[in-house]
Amino acid sequence: MSADLEARIPGFLRGVRLQRDRVRDQWIVQAPERAFIVDTIAASILQRVDGDATLAAIIDALATAYDAPRDVIARDVIDMVEDLTARQVLVCKS
Amino acid sequence: MTIPFPMSLLAELTHRCPLQCPYCSNPLALENVRNELPTDVWMRVLNEAADLGVLQAHFSGGEPMARKDLPELVRGAAKAGLYVNLITSGILLDEASFIPLVDAGVDHVQLSFQDVTPEGADLIGGMKNAQGRKLEAARVIVAQGVPLTLNFVVHRLNVERIPQMFDLAGELGARRVEIAHTQYYGWGLKNRATLLPTRAQLEQSEKDVASARARFGREMAIDFVTPDYYADEPKPCMGGWGQRFINISPSGRVLPCHAAETIPGVSFPTVLKDSLESIWTKSDLFNRFRGVDWMPAPCRTCDRREEDWGGCRCQALALLGDASATDPVCRRSPDRGLIDAAIAESADAPLIYRRMSNHKS
Ligand code: SF4
Ligand code: SF4
Repeated sequence: MSADLEARIPGFLRGVRLQRDRVRDQWIVQAPERAFIVDTIAASILQRVDGDATLAAIIDALATAYDAPRDVIARDVIDMVEDLTARQVLVCKS
Repeated sequence: MTIPFPMSLLAELTHRCPLQCPYCSNPLALENVRNELPTDVWMRVLNEAADLGVLQAHFSGGEPMARKDLPELVRGAAKAGLYVNLITSGILLDEASFIPLVDAGVDHVQLSFQDVTPEGADLIGGMKNAQGRKLEAARVIVAQGVPLTLNFVVHRLNVERIPQMFDLAGELGARRVEIAHTQYYGWGLKNRATLLPTRAQLEQSEKDVASARARFGREMAIDFVTPDYYADEPKPCMGGWGQRFINISPSGRVLPCHAAETIPGVSFPTVLKDSLESIWTKSDLFNRFRGVDWMPAPCRTCDRREEDWGGCRCQALALLGDASATDPVCRRSPDRGLIDAAIAESADAPLIYRRMSNHKS
């Protein structure tokens, strides 16, 4: 189940992107008619979304970068990607 | 008072437009093409806007595609890191004119429709066969993969067709739909008696939007702007005066909202003289109604004062002759009777179209 989930490849929907807001010193997602702030955890996940990397690869990279247990990171990443998919920020292909 | 960073820039590039909608948000005194800002000034302004904290640039008009330098401006805005939204009637949009905009980095298009039926669309736009061109424009945009919002301004003559508006949006593959009841300033105010919906129509429109939300779920984002005449409290004007929005007119006047040009007794700041930063933070116009210190009673002590900011300044001006009065839509305003009278007065009259010749100053 989890292996299936992790084989998916997230990408940004056309017209949506992550961007550094240098004036307010924060990360934001820009989308049609809205822009919203994302916290540093979400930003660190979204920075690794490039339309090529699988969720598994993103989770591995974050577990290494933050020296954190992989299963904890995996849960966070999968939850967040699901939330952002529902909010029309990301799309997943398998 | 701390001054917030602005979020959005509405760049009204031109007042030229092939259509003449009788509720157009442009001022009654339309700007002549001779006074439009040149490309290099817009480029400077776009960079200043990004430096000031603006995140999204909305290219609008009139019809922004009437400007030959639009691809260059889009490229400049995208390079400055701005999210680029094109607000268009679609009349001038085909593959040949749109692909350069896509290459330049346009992020999203908001395409306006005046109605779903060709007859209704011609009546409002004041142009024959506009609908076919708009449908073609929508197809071109979707074929290029650019996210599309359909915008419908609704009023007494078309509000019953909201369900078909959603059908059309679904067929065309729009990701967002805006159903916006007409706002009654400027041209809309001139045509208010003909355009103002009845209360029954308003209630039906709320039901129609709710059932579209249930039908499309997360597949389509839906934005619904209700007519404030039937509300008890005004709408928050642009998130508050000088809080989030900057509007720049075709000749370079910098305004807190698109109707602010009508306010008497102020000198309008212009990008030809000052930087956007100094206008945003220091100008009399932007500071005049910023925050709550300027407010009259009953707003001054009202618990909604930081939610709606006393409503629309331009509506107060248009209806009461005083931009610093409480918006008369508010039930707590002593002038609410004017709005109720307008609701009672609605009647079918010929439309007054948005054209230079229909405004005598
Ligand atoms: S509302 Fe109509 S007349 Fe006004 S700018 Fe838009 S398309 Fe043109
Ligand atoms: S009194 Fe003023 S602040 Fe209160 S609801 Fe009315 S307009 Fe808004």
